[in-house]
Amino acid sequence: MNDLLPALLRLGDPLAAHVLLSSSAIGLGTLIALPLAIWASRSANVARIALGFASLIQTIPALALLALFFPLLLALRSVFGEGLPTLGFLPALLALTLYALLPILRNAVTARANMDPGVLEAADGVGMTAWQKLRLVEAPLAAPYIMAGIRTASVWTIGAATLATTIGQPSLGDPIFAGLQTQNWVLVLAGCIASAGLAMIADALLGLVERGFACRKKSLIWIGLGIALAGIATAGITSRDTGGRGTVVIGAKNFSEQFILARLIGQNLQDAGYLVEYREGLGSAVIHGALTSGAIDVYVDYAGTIWANEMKLGDNLPRQRMIDAITQWEQKSTGTLVLGDLGFENAYTFVMNGDRAQQLGVRSLTDLAPVSRNLIVGGDVEFFERPEWRAVKQAYGLNFAQIRNYTATFMYNALQSGQSDVIAAFSSDGRIAADRLTVLQDPKHALPAYDALLLITPKRAHEERFINALKPLIGAISVEKMREANYEVDRNDNKLSPQAAAKKLAESLNTAP
Amino acid sequence: MAAGARPFLRFDGVIRTFGETTAVGGISLEIEAHSFVALVGASGSGKSTLLKMVNRLTEPSSGSVLLEGEEVTSISAPALRRKIGYVFQGIGLFPHMTVAENIGIGPRLTGERASLARICELLELVELDPGMASRMPDELSGGQRQRVGVARALAGKPHLLLMDEPFGALDPITRDSLGQRVHDLHREFALTTVMVTHDMAEALLLADRVLVMDSGAIVADATPAQLLNGQGGDIAQALVAVPRDQARALADLAS
Repeated sequence: MNDLLPALLRLGDPLAAHVLLSSSAIGLGTLIALPLAIWASRSANVARIALGFASLIQTIPALALLALFFPLLLALRSVFGEGLPTLGFLPALLALTLYALLPILRNAVTARANMDPGVLEAADGVGMTAWQKLRLVEAPLAAPYIMAGIRTASVWTIGAATLATTIGQPSLGDPIFAGLQTQNWVLVLAGCIASAGLAMIADALLGLVERGFACRKKSLIWIGLGIALAGIATAGITSRDTGGRGTVVIGAKNFSEQFILARLIGQNLQDAGYLVEYREGLGSAVIHGALTSGAIDVYVDYAGTIWANEMKLGDNLPRQRMIDAITQWEQKSTGTLVLGDLGFENAYTFVMNGDRAQQLGVRSLTDLAPVSRNLIVGGDVEFFERPEWRAVKQAYGLNFAQIRNYTATFMYNALQSGQSDVIAAFSSDGRIAADRLTVLQDPKHALPAYDALLLITPKRAHEERFINALKPLIGAISVEKMREANYEVDRNDNKLSPQAAAKKLAESLNTAP
Repeated sequence: MAAGARPFLRFDGVIRTFGETTAVGGISLEIEAHSFVALVGASGSGKSTLLKMVNRLTEPSSGSVLLEGEEVTSISAPALRRKIGYVFQGIGLFPHMTVAENIGIGPRLTGERASLARICELLELVELDPGMASRMPDELSGGQRQRVGVARALAGKPHLLLMDEPFGALDPITRDSLGQRVHDLHREFALTTVMVTHDMAEALLLADRVLVMDSGAIVADATPAQLLNGQGGDIAQALVAVPRDQARALADLAS
């Protein structure tokens, strides 16, 4: 674990982004919750509706709440114009703000409801106006409880902010998600330690402020707030220079190959003089929309995914005709440029342990069908919801005893440990060769082609320098090379970072003809 | 009524209902300046409601209340209340303010500042050590707190003092001495005082006019002497009988 300290020290940028995001959400949440609490203290109906709404929000999983803001903001573009960001800071801020509302609102409303009625009667009796009563009596008496609510909200928000990574907002979730995908546990641990540490520091500082309010010691309030504000200001200053207007944003889904390709694209663009930043860990459902809406500039997607998810088509075409059809459709529907295919395919492919396949006499999906009743199938979290799964199931009459979902990384471990008999793997995965897995044939061609395509956002579709920087990648990466690069990141020992694997891949592209 | 001698406080056909219940059912009443009036009655007889319509903590459903010839609704409620001293059973000292800040709250609301000398003077009026000015309310006993409550009510130099069961939560000795103190202050500052109490003995000892209320109506209006001489009707006499019988029983025990 002596890699931990350097890993922690590299978290400066995500930490600053995390601090800014969570403090903005808590600040905005407080600004909304307090007037709402005042209103609620004067009307039982408002109290019921506001608390009900805030509680309802809490029941939505944070991950889903964050993701739901993407389509919502996309729809709002018809009102606010194309400049409205749909990914990154804005949706993350809005979702986390909603999340922060409940504890603040509930504590403020409870504090007001439990206030000594004698004190409130005295406030009226001595002749306070409504504003004087609020300022001189209600606010100071509720302050310690409100601070306790803000404390709770801060701990929740700082934890939930790690999920902002999935909608393209840098945060301490970056190392956690990247580490999970590449089985880099040091990275995961570093991210967790940093976010937990941040939550504890925020809790301690706000606890100081809370105690200051409760014991009426102004010095404690100023010390707590002062240190917190200094931390936020430091985060603001250090992260100000990132992400200028001219920066290219490269998107990646949530598995190793995507991380490597994003870095490879990034290196080419940097060589051409562009500033780049990365939005990694985006979901399949979000990333295409992110490109067409301009939230990201370029990413790699797979033919079959676009065919099924975006074009909603079922029948498979031969691969070249499919690529042509996709290129035309993208051009026509959104102006997105499909620059070309990278030269390899990353299809869903069913694999088994070599020994197990031999023992059962299974070489193809046709052989699998009669024995599937006794087998457990594993797949990544989205596979069993995808049209490909339905197509394969129908074509071969597959009927498994059990279906299990894993993150892409853990699927292979599940196969090794016997928790799954067969998995829907990715054909470009280096572990297929390394683990000597048997790839089951697909004689009926039920699975579509998954050629890796380089997609460019409509705004840059005619930018010559941009296109020229990426053209060398088209047709350049063979499936063997991709597998090798993936394995550098995915293997258990001596793993490389996606950055280093991309660099190695780039070198091999240059040396080989 | 003699021409020009308008009453200090006047209720004119005042009704107050809460939903189906009638708390105060059409009371007309005049109270002379400098009188000490006790409103006596059982719980729910409407005496607190009647009192709170003077400083508008409760608004009448119909009818009007006039203070020094002006309808109480002619100025804003906060402005009205700043002119009236108000002491009640809950005391309601602001727990986050010192004794001095509590006493000085009235002047502070109008942008003035009560001097330390004035605070000390007020503390002495209610027989408290001026050294208590910097204490917090939770460091005081119940009796000391209500003394501060009285000092707070007097800080704005009111002409009218309203008291709603002011000594209800105090021990008998404190209750007696603070009652006497308030009675002296009433004279010293030529106040008009209206006190709600359920304790007839307290009313007889402190007030110069006793109003007995029952079910939202005034059923007796008499001086303490008249009540002790058997006037005022059955309900009033039932209330007077309690302390009288107690006194008699105590006298019997002693002899």
